[in-house]
Amino acid sequence: MFNRILTLLIISVTFFNVSAYAATPTEPLWPTLKIAYFGDKEIREDASDLLVIEAPKRAEDAAIVPISVKSLVAQTSDKYIKNIHIVIDNNPEPYSANFHLTPELGLIDISTRMRVDQYTFVRAIAEMNDGSLHMVSRFVKASGGCSAPAGKDAAAALARLGKMQIRMRKPTVGKPVQAQVIVSHPNYNGLQFDQKSRLYIDAHYVKNIAIAYNDKPLLSVDTGISVSEDPSIRFTFTPSEAGALSANIIDSKDQKFSHSKDI
Amino acid sequence: MQKFFLSMLGIPFFMLISSCYADTHYPIKEVTTGIFYHQGIHEEPSESNIGAIANVGFIIGERCVAVIDSGGSYLEGTYLSQAIKDKTDLPVCYVINTHVHPDHIFGNAAFKDNSPTYVGHEKLPAAIAAREGFFAKTFKQTLGSAYTGTEFIIPSETVALDKPITIDLGNRTLTLTAYSTSHTDHDLTVLDNNTKTLWTGDLLFMGRIPVMDGSINGWIETMTQMQSMELNFLIPGHGEASSDKWQQGLTKQLNYFTLLRNEIRVIIEDLGTIDQASKQVGILEQNSWELFEHYHRRNITASFVQLEWE
Repeated sequence: MFNRILTLLIISVTFFNVSAYAATPTEPLWPTLKIAYFGDKEIREDASDLLVIEAPKRAEDAAIVPISVKSLVAQTSDKYIKNIHIVIDNNPEPYSANFHLTPELGLIDISTRMRVDQYTFVRAIAEMNDGSLHMVSRFVKASGGCSAPAGKDAAAALARLGKMQIRMRKPTVGKPVQAQVIVSHPNYNGLQFDQKSRLYIDAHYVKNIAIAYNDKPLLSVDTGISVSEDPSIRFTFTPSEAGALSANIIDSKDQKFSHSKDI
Repeated sequence: MQKFFLSMLGIPFFMLISSCYADTHYPIKEVTTGIFYHQGIHEEPSESNIGAIANVGFIIGERCVAVIDSGGSYLEGTYLSQAIKDKTDLPVCYVINTHVHPDHIFGNAAFKDNSPTYVGHEKLPAAIAAREGFFAKTFKQTLGSAYTGTEFIIPSETVALDKPITIDLGNRTLTLTAYSTSHTDHDLTVLDNNTKTLWTGDLLFMGRIPVMDGSINGWIETMTQMQSMELNFLIPGHGEASSDKWQQGLTKQLNYFTLLRNEIRVIIEDLGTIDQASKQVGILEQNSWELFEHYHRRNITASFVQLEWE
């Protein structure tokens, strides 16, 4: 899915690069992006009865913009949100993440951190198990001053590459608990420079984060270069029995990292 | 340019030509013998303030002049260059950049005619390369006509960590020291050995809220070490140069980041979010800093993701 989308967005970025970087970033890129990512499928806009998207009004730090999506309708095996696609219209790669979700999650409450370096719409498009699409969006203003979407300490980020954390409050069986998976990764977007080789560093980013409980998948996220350094995924789930929460990560160079935590 | 004069100074344009404008329109203060600076205004960069928001200046030796930070736009660089010519006929032999931020490096191209040696931290070239595209795109809009002429000049001489270098301006030596990640990952200070005057770059902000674009822990450590420095004068990156006020400014900045760190650690420990921290942390500092609204939440966000890895 992500590969196909990557191809499409490379095409779209190539064609629309000029407008993506133009002085008026509010130019409606969305109609084009919609066709590139979703073809001629109908998307119900302003689906605020189903989803809530939260993002700061202004990207305080262009390199780290927290974005969260909550559902207002609980997942059931008959009717559930299968995917939540995150699109950031004016980013170099607008298609930013795809959260694959399961009925086990109950109410969806997910968040991550993205790079946002100019005025843009941030969109969450829920794809139901029946294939229907429902969208909510927020407008995020660019940060001011010296805030660049560059890493702050490249050496420190590389030094801890692959380190992982699974964090959560003390869980109780049968009750929803919020958990966070973080992996230390520079998430190079291909726009960073290596002073020693004097060359741009190849894009090297986390491609997928798969989270399971007792080996049963809870959610999996396809991620791209919009995701911040040290990717973080927060989500809520309900442990039905004692067990282990595990996270498996694969990056664009097929490096794998994993971590688990007993409950 | 005209807009700058009119809005900032409210004086007729013809006066610019008839008077010595470096003195009246681009004020330069002498900190101590041969050391001059223009104090940046505590505003966000804009076309009307031509990006002149940081302290920039120069040191005059017997042989030549060193520029320390060149201005927030090419236009400011030309003002600074004119201010130097008003003080001395000696050429500019060094342009030293304390770090990558636009308000400190955008005037660089205004000194090219003298073919000076451009100097920075060993990580400055990478920092420029990583931000150049973004800065060019953003600041062309922010600074408008003041931006015209701005170039990104990679330093030809760099200073390595733990290996300070000394440069000679003719009977006047400057010691350039590179720091480990603090305000940025490539901060450089300049010490005038004759007068014991230190240019800190943005390791110290006075009046204006400091911006963390490096490492909160690293900067706190650097500030702690700076407290024991013995100096006659200090020129911060923003705010007033002084012989006796900087210690208080340094303590205030150290306290601000220590408070941020303490409060963020508590929130992280409780699995709180960046959003929550942005709403709670350090709100009592609100009236202590200019431009608080612009950078405080940014400082929290940037610190939060670092403190998660302690």
